[in-house]
Amino acid sequence: MTDPLSRPPKKDPQVRTRVPTRPSHFRSRAALGIAAAAAEGRFMLQVCEDCGAVQYPPRDACASCLSVALPWRDVSPKGRLIAETTVRTSTSIYFRERTPWRIGTIKLEAGPSVMAHVHGDLAPDGEARVVSMLDKSGQGVLFAIPPDMTPNMEDDPQMREMTCDPKFRRVLITDARNENAPALAQALADAGASMIFVGEAESWRPYPHRAALAAIPNVDILPMDVTDTASVVELCGEIGGKTDILINNARFVRPGGILDRADVGFAREEMEVNYFGLLRLAQAFGPAMRGRGADGDNSAAAWVNILSVNAWSNSPDYGLFSASSAAALSLSQNLRADLWDGGVRVLNVFTGPTEDEWHQPLPPPKVAPAAIARALVAGLKDGLEDVYVGDVAKDLIDRWRAGPKILEREMMENRGASS
Amino acid sequence: MAENSKRQSYDGIVVVSPATVPYQRFSKEAAHWWIARALKQSLDAASLRPRDVDGLIVSSFTLFPDSAVGLTQHLGLTPRWLDDIPMGGACGVVGLRRAARAVQSGDASVVACVAGDTNHVDSFRRMLSSFSRFAQDASYPYGSGGPNACFALLTDHYMRRFGATREDFGRICVAQRQNALRNPHAVMKTPLTMEQYIGARAISDPIALFDCVMPVAGAECFLVMREEDAKAQGLPHAHIRATIERHNAFPEDAIQMRGGWEMDVDELYAMAGLRPDDMDLVQTYDDYPVIVMMQLEDLGFCAKGDGPEFVRAHDLTIDGDFPHNTSGGQLSAGQAGAGGGYLGLTEAMRQVTGAAGPTQVKDARHALASGFGMINFDRGLCSGAVILSGDGA
Amino acid sequence: MNQQSGAPLLGELALSIASGAIRVVDLTHTLDPDFPVIILPPEFGQCARFRMEEISAYDHRGPAWKWHNFTCSEHTGTHFDAPAHWISGRDLPNNSVDTIPVEQFIGPACVIDCSQGAAADEDFELTPEVIQAWEAEHGEIPAGAWVLMRTDWSRRRGAEYLNMREDGPHSPGPTPEGIRFLIEQRDIRGFGTETVGTDAGQGNHYTPPFPAHFYLHGAGKLGLQCLNNLWELPPTGAMLIATPLKIKQGTGSPLRVIALVG
Repeated sequence: MTDPLSRPPKKDPQVRTRVPTRPSHFRSRAALGIAAAAAEGRFMLQVCEDCGAVQYPPRDACASCLSVALPWRDVSPKGRLIAETTVRTSTSIYFRERTPWRIGTIKLEAGPSVMAHVHGDLAPDGEARVVSMLDKSGQGVLFAIPPDMTPNMEDDPQMREMTCDPKFRRVLITDARNENAPALAQALADAGASMIFVGEAESWRPYPHRAALAAIPNVDILPMDVTDTASVVELCGEIGGKTDILINNARFVRPGGILDRADVGFAREEMEVNYFGLLRLAQAFGPAMRGRGADGDNSAAAWVNILSVNAWSNSPDYGLFSASSAAALSLSQNLRADLWDGGVRVLNVFTGPTEDEWHQPLPPPKVAPAAIARALVAGLKDGLEDVYVGDVAKDLIDRWRAGPKILEREMMENRGASS
Repeated sequence: MAENSKRQSYDGIVVVSPATVPYQRFSKEAAHWWIARALKQSLDAASLRPRDVDGLIVSSFTLFPDSAVGLTQHLGLTPRWLDDIPMGGACGVVGLRRAARAVQSGDASVVACVAGDTNHVDSFRRMLSSFSRFAQDASYPYGSGGPNACFALLTDHYMRRFGATREDFGRICVAQRQNALRNPHAVMKTPLTMEQYIGARAISDPIALFDCVMPVAGAECFLVMREEDAKAQGLPHAHIRATIERHNAFPEDAIQMRGGWEMDVDELYAMAGLRPDDMDLVQTYDDYPVIVMMQLEDLGFCAKGDGPEFVRAHDLTIDGDFPHNTSGGQLSAGQAGAGGGYLGLTEAMRQVTGAAGPTQVKDARHALASGFGMINFDRGLCSGAVILSGDGA
Repeated sequence: MNQQSGAPLLGELALSIASGAIRVVDLTHTLDPDFPVIILPPEFGQCARFRMEEISAYDHRGPAWKWHNFTCSEHTGTHFDAPAHWISGRDLPNNSVDTIPVEQFIGPACVIDCSQGAAADEDFELTPEVIQAWEAEHGEIPAGAWVLMRTDWSRRRGAEYLNMREDGPHSPGPTPEGIRFLIEQRDIRGFGTETVGTDAGQGNHYTPPFPAHFYLHGAGKLGLQCLNNLWELPPTGAMLIATPLKIKQGTGSPLRVIALVG
């Protein structure tokens, strides 16, 4: 079993915050497929379309038949650890700061042998499961873990470098007024977050779940409105240095497409919250988080956006909201690039229609706040970049990958299904 | 497919004038400087001028942005035959094979084979991260232990599989250090005991400090020419009895426990008309002791998995019953980048021509030198071997 | 003129001071290069220590006079915090030392004696309960009062003063609720301490962090720190005079703090 992580000590104000360093991020284009799989928590390798040979390391031509048709496929993650070493001297500054570091060779049932990071609980010569993860460089790596869960498995120091586990981390949820705020806070408290700050806009205006939110352990409700730059800057001045995970759940949604509305009023509000809100938060909190990417066990770890899956393809019934979501998605990619060299991950949680007043006339399935919270925390624990919550979101991204233009037609045909 | 075509002999082709520029731990000079010195040392020993060289083979990791071509202008050479062998620890054997065929076919009369590298304070680290595409993609991100970590995995597997102990690897290292103490140019100049070997600082388990070579700056050179020309010049020379090379052997092995020698070893001895027992000394490629043990097995000195028993049963020092890496090898003489691929060859040439001085093995007639190189991802891809014999053999 | 003249009062005050009936107590530490300043994480800009260099001393650099140049931070030694010092007070009117109306610098002092608590617990917290217990004995804190937290911390010297450990400094100070009580329920003028800041040493770990700075300056109130000799003041009845240098847009200033004690 893994030694359980102990609560990080209070920070020594006389010690310089360690500058984030990164493992090597250089990869060939073919090898980026590992990162793409890791972003969603899948284990995929190239499989030759002509002869079926599973390939590793990623390459441009099949080592069995020279075919260049090497699509990425989910393959069996089972294997056996046939050799291991504990690296004690490294040429990389990142690993020098973290040695000893255990790696090994795993012979996969699927065929090839791979080199992988090795979890402390994996026995020598033991059965292993190989997972794709993102390391602090943001690139994909393979990680060999025991086939079954072990106690405190997530606290393995090498594994915690790959994940964004909320345990003992301090979290900011940006919008207390969103109906999902109590579920998010509760899930984070259950996951061991040591402080849960929740930004509250317009505290002079009551809302139904405030008492429930305030009653959750470790929750502190603080003033912030993502449409007010000054309030965002002010809260960041106070807690920016101890925000390890930022969860942007602020959202403004109204039904309707272009011709359903008579003016730009609501569209402006949607952009103000969904796009500029994210931008304000990023400009305020981003620099401090990027600088704290290696700040001990409660380093800055992740930035989470909860986005509509219609960011990928417009839903005409919610056409202008979809448009603002697409803007936010694009911005999140920019943020991911900007936070990259701090080792801070950007996780986008995509949902279909949610269980709330603004989607009330839509038929099920709709995503409940608890489902979002569950998926979000699981995504942090697995260190993902893209999480799709609920059947609608999963279905839409599958269709989008199959053909965005076909999906566009399907979205048009589905118009009015809600009324 | 048909069986291997028959290899033609190298009769009438010899190697002469082995040169070793004494190694330095770090150097401010460029690879060009080191290569020029080695080349000059070889030519001086053969009483040749640069314009007498009409063939050139170069191996170096630190010539960038130059390659062999740039070196011709830099050194003022006008060869009619040129090659660049980027095969690390196999570059010596492979270069010798190429050169011998060039001379044999008349494409060149005198081929200078030269390998060397400089070693700046940070050059080794810089080289590792971009060593190969597979290393960049699939090994360097895992702890960035470099070759130490890759060989640690091979060593760990070999130990589990064949019951080798650290003492077994220690025997190789301790014997080579003893040899090195007789080589005035070796960078390691103090004795190494088994206790020191076992107790050394861990680098990447089970590899510890004395399992690792020390990267240094240095260069090596030798010349390939017709026997009649060597005789006309009165040059001591060695005959090429047989050579082999192989790349990416046994890709189906889950992890490396043998090198390409195993595929070609029978032809090697058949071509030379010699047996393993006939070898008076052996120079294996020794960047880590585990690969030495694999070579002893794959080159026919013992069966696969009997390497540990072999090193327990034999004395690997110069005066022992199995003289091995008589200069101290890379483990004790230092690894001069690509020059490491030449170290065993130049030493073997001196041995069979009776020119090895303080490291001379008595009555050395036949020598085997092997090369191994390029941990492209998880294993060394290039392997080669050559058998040399002295004039009197 | 209908206004009542204060001149007789001042005359009486002058006579009382001269006679010793009213004592003048110096609440200031000497500006000294060795006096501790607040330590921030090394990435942040740091508070300058007090430094003094001789310009001349009746010598070839100036034969008949002696004088010095000195440098320090606005927040070195016994010093004053203006609302502009903190982000919460950055947009208030008259928030810098040059624009604060001068009458705000003078006011009655209430001295809450926490010296016993601080002796027992270096992280002693000034809570609403502590304040109310004091009020039960000495009466309600009047609006416009300078509230001084007496901890006898100024008797500490050297490393004991900041009391820095691996998890940061340890020294007494108000809780968020304590400082809010003084501001919201008592409308104080300002808050003063013997420690290096108006906040507790571990004040970064409250929510909000550094609540005394955050709430005081957000409400336009003033701060005094590194005070000395607070044990010479009565719980109530003293008059405090704290006049910072008039630095353009200054966020604070070293100053001489004195109290008139009847």
